Amino acid sequence: MTEMVYGAVPVAGGEPVLPKWWRTVDKWSLGCILTLFAVGILLGLAASVPLAERNGLAPFHYVQRQAFFGGMALVAMLMTSMMPPVQVRRLAVIGFLAAFVALAFLPFLGTDFGKGATRWYSLGFASFQPSEFLKPVFIIVSAWLMAAGQELGGPPGRLYSFVIMVIIVLMLAMQPDFGQASLILFSWGVMWFVGGAPMVLLAGLAGLVVMGGTFAYNASDHFARRIDGFLNPEVDPTTQMGYATNAIIEGGFFGVGVGEGTVKWSLPDAHTDFIIAVAAEEYGLVMVLAILALYATIVVRSFIRLMRERDPFIRYGGTGLAAIFGVQAMINMGVAVRLLPAKGMTLPFVSYGGSSLIAGGIAVGMLLALTRTRPQGEIGDILRGGRR
Amino acid sequence: MTRIPLRPLARILDARKKGEDPDAIEKENRRLRHEEMRDRARLRAEGRLLVLAMMFFCAYAVIGARMGMLSASEPEEPRAQATGASIMASRADIVDRHGRVLATNMSTHSLYAHPQQMIEPGRAAERLAEIFPDLDAADMKRRFTDPRRKFLWIKKKLSPEQMQAVHDIGEPGLLFGPREMRLYPNGPVLSHVLGGSSFGAEGVHSAEVIGTAGIERFFDKDLRDPAREGTPLALSIDLTVQAAAEEVLYSGMKLMNAKGAAAVLMDVHTGEVISIVSLPDFDPNDRPAAPTKGSPSDSPLFNRAVQGVYELGSTFKIFAASQALQLGLMTPQTVIDTSPPFKVGGHRIGEFENHNYGAISVEEVIIKSSNRGTGKIALAIGAERQKDFLKSLGLFDPTPLEITEASGGRPLIPERWTDLSTVTISYGHGISTTPLHLATAYSAIANGGHTVKPTLLKQSGSQYRDVVLSEQVTRDALNMLRQVVSSDDGTASFGEVPGYKVGGKTGTADKPKEKGGGYYKDKVIATFAAVFPTDDPKYALVVTLDEPVETSGTKPRRTAGWTAVPVAAEMIRRVAPLLGLRPVYDTGQLDVTMSASD
Repeated sequence: MTEMVYGAVPVAGGEPVLPKWWRTVDKWSLGCILTLFAVGILLGLAASVPLAERNGLAPFHYVQRQAFFGGMALVAMLMTSMMPPVQVRRLAVIGFLAAFVALAFLPFLGTDFGKGATRWYSLGFASFQPSEFLKPVFIIVSAWLMAAGQELGGPPGRLYSFVIMVIIVLMLAMQPDFGQASLILFSWGVMWFVGGAPMVLLAGLAGLVVMGGTFAYNASDHFARRIDGFLNPEVDPTTQMGYATNAIIEGGFFGVGVGEGTVKWSLPDAHTDFIIAVAAEEYGLVMVLAILALYATIVVRSFIRLMRERDPFIRYGGTGLAAIFGVQAMINMGVAVRLLPAKGMTLPFVSYGGSSLIAGGIAVGMLLALTRTRPQGEIGDILRGGRR
Repeated sequence: MTRIPLRPLARILDARKKGEDPDAIEKENRRLRHEEMRDRARLRAEGRLLVLAMMFFCAYAVIGARMGMLSASEPEEPRAQATGASIMASRADIVDRHGRVLATNMSTHSLYAHPQQMIEPGRAAERLAEIFPDLDAADMKRRFTDPRRKFLWIKKKLSPEQMQAVHDIGEPGLLFGPREMRLYPNGPVLSHVLGGSSFGAEGVHSAEVIGTAGIERFFDKDLRDPAREGTPLALSIDLTVQAAAEEVLYSGMKLMNAKGAAAVLMDVHTGEVISIVSLPDFDPNDRPAAPTKGSPSDSPLFNRAVQGVYELGSTFKIFAASQALQLGLMTPQTVIDTSPPFKVGGHRIGEFENHNYGAISVEEVIIKSSNRGTGKIALAIGAERQKDFLKSLGLFDPTPLEITEASGGRPLIPERWTDLSTVTISYGHGISTTPLHLATAYSAIANGGHTVKPTLLKQSGSQYRDVVLSEQVTRDALNMLRQVVSSDDGTASFGEVPGYKVGGKTGTADKPKEKGGGYYKDKVIATFAAVFPTDDPKYALVVTLDEPVETSGTKPRRTAGWTAVPVAAEMIRRVAPLLGLRPVYDTGQLDVTMSASD
């Protein structure tokens, strides 16, 4: 009677959050990410000691920091991955606005830490790089706009996202931070590709890139020297590249042994851009291949899972996040083996980093949230007579 | 407002008829179309995502394969790459006319550092400073510990002893690079001709030696040309004569308190420069840096014989006399009235110490060095013919000598050639040339009237060019020059060298003030231009002293007769035997007495 009068006691519909999350999340990718984080701590034990020594700190100071920020990153990742896509989108839009404003104010409030490019806000105990946070939320916002653009009677979302992308790329290029700018450009391009970019246009774009590269090679000494250095089969052993290559050769299949490596003492960026060289030297090819396999698993699995995805927003967002994550790792490792010209880029989750680690955690958290198993109307497909 | 068509129209019209809500039908239709579009997009995306996944997988596989290849390759000792093609290190020697080495190459080592390979940068810096006193330990330590530096040169040339000492430091970050260095074994002898050399393109493994001045620079390409196969460059210089000439000129310069001196000894038939001296000089093995202050013409680097243009004074008088004879205007015996006044263009032409020689012959004009006499001869010749003659002797253009500095010795000639110019230039004022110009012009008088091209390269046989004077005229001119030296009242009586029949003409020109506006009263350029032996001339010699003053008398004497002439005579005395000239004594002069003790 009471129920008839006052209605049923409100109960949450569906199953509880945690069991549902555990049932639907991509457990393989999650495992890979956790393993990568562990590898990062392990390599940090080797690679960050020289840096700590140089800065007069306790030997494992940076390992502790890495563990601290890594813990925060894992929490951020788990929390993000539990959100439904709509909530991811809402928070990303808010985050995007914040990060965009932060990026825009960098020239006035930022600091360059004596590195010649204003990319950071100094917070005393840590620094904060807006572009790291901007990358994932930009992808989500772009995905939303692109998906909305495909609705019947929707806004011209692709154009909007293109304009935003161009603005961000220009802002990043002015810092200058061509690495992040190209990552943003690349991820947008991948989303556009998956979102059905005409092949002719893609081919034209590829041609433009080649022409632009040729022009830059002819016009800029700095750029030309990089490329010449890359094309030159001889490596000057006193450059970072030379050290990295030698470290990989020294390491062989099983490495020279834990803590026995020497390259970390010579390379100023051993704990970030060239951490894979440290891994190769101390743990050998086995470790490098394992790390490669981890990244490949995460990226390929994400793409495969997204293939089944019906919601365009989720598909684009997931694609962009997986691509930016995968390509960053690819560039980092490709540089170390001289498949790509020298370009400073960190290895996600493995390289040492403070706030950027948290940004990475949020990014993979979003990726996990978007690649969760969802009903995709398979029954409807079956009823309509299979997949056509 | 744009009209959106109602779809599907047939069903909506039907529903309207039945009074149902057409919006629901349209909504349903939209949903279906949307579903269909999504499915189509997903199908397309499915393929593209698969392509992406494969691309990423392949990229990772390639990186993995590359890692594997690198890991499987054998570690080898890292080596710094040589930059570009190997630098041609062989440079041809330079030798004198008898094949004696003037410039050659020596193997040595350079010292460079790889700071990042250093174990004890501080100690290395200190030890290096002990070995090389010119290096500063603190500065080097700073550079060794600068993390941005990966490479730095420390020394470009090492002696074997220094190299061993650096070895003994035992620092792995200090490395040696083989070097060919240019060596001038004779030190400062012939410094201005040889010039000097330095390293051009430098690599760790070798360096290019390039000429920086003198003949090294002029023939830089030739000397480096691999096709030359190391054939030495033979100069016209005679090293022994050169050394003797330098020694004599140096003593003379000191004795006469001159601040600089130059001498040119030329073979009158070939134009070969046998010896060319400019003092002060330098050591081409350690060529000093170009001066940054003061007059560049006072620097040891300045080649007075080739670059220095001076008013060479009365030495020019013989040109006017010779031309007058050549044109048939006069004979040596033609009498000219040299008594004052002689005004040209409002200027009074004076004589040295206001002498008045009266009416004298052309011969005596030269012997006594009369300004008014030559001035009148020149006026008889006329400006145009005078210009043509002087030009044909090469006095208007830089000498074509094969050193880079030669083009800098451009004669100064008046822009407007007035009658006054004609007169003053006849006795060597108002025209500035180098001592080399003068030697070249005197060669023409000495060799029977043929112009020659001054050269530093060894020649064979006479190298006559144009004929500007007849045999007879040159004989008369030589006779006059001889009398300047041999007659008691000649201006160059100190120039007599027994046995060599020296002939010549003195020239003493007041130095023009650097800032313009007249001449110094007490600064002169004293020149003696000589040919010897006058009965069959072989060599022309020009000796020039810059600001000489001879102080043995009651008052300082600056005329060439007292300064340049004795120096030139001493030089001839020294070099003539070296040149293989046999002294010829007139029988009357031979006063060797064979006396036996009684």
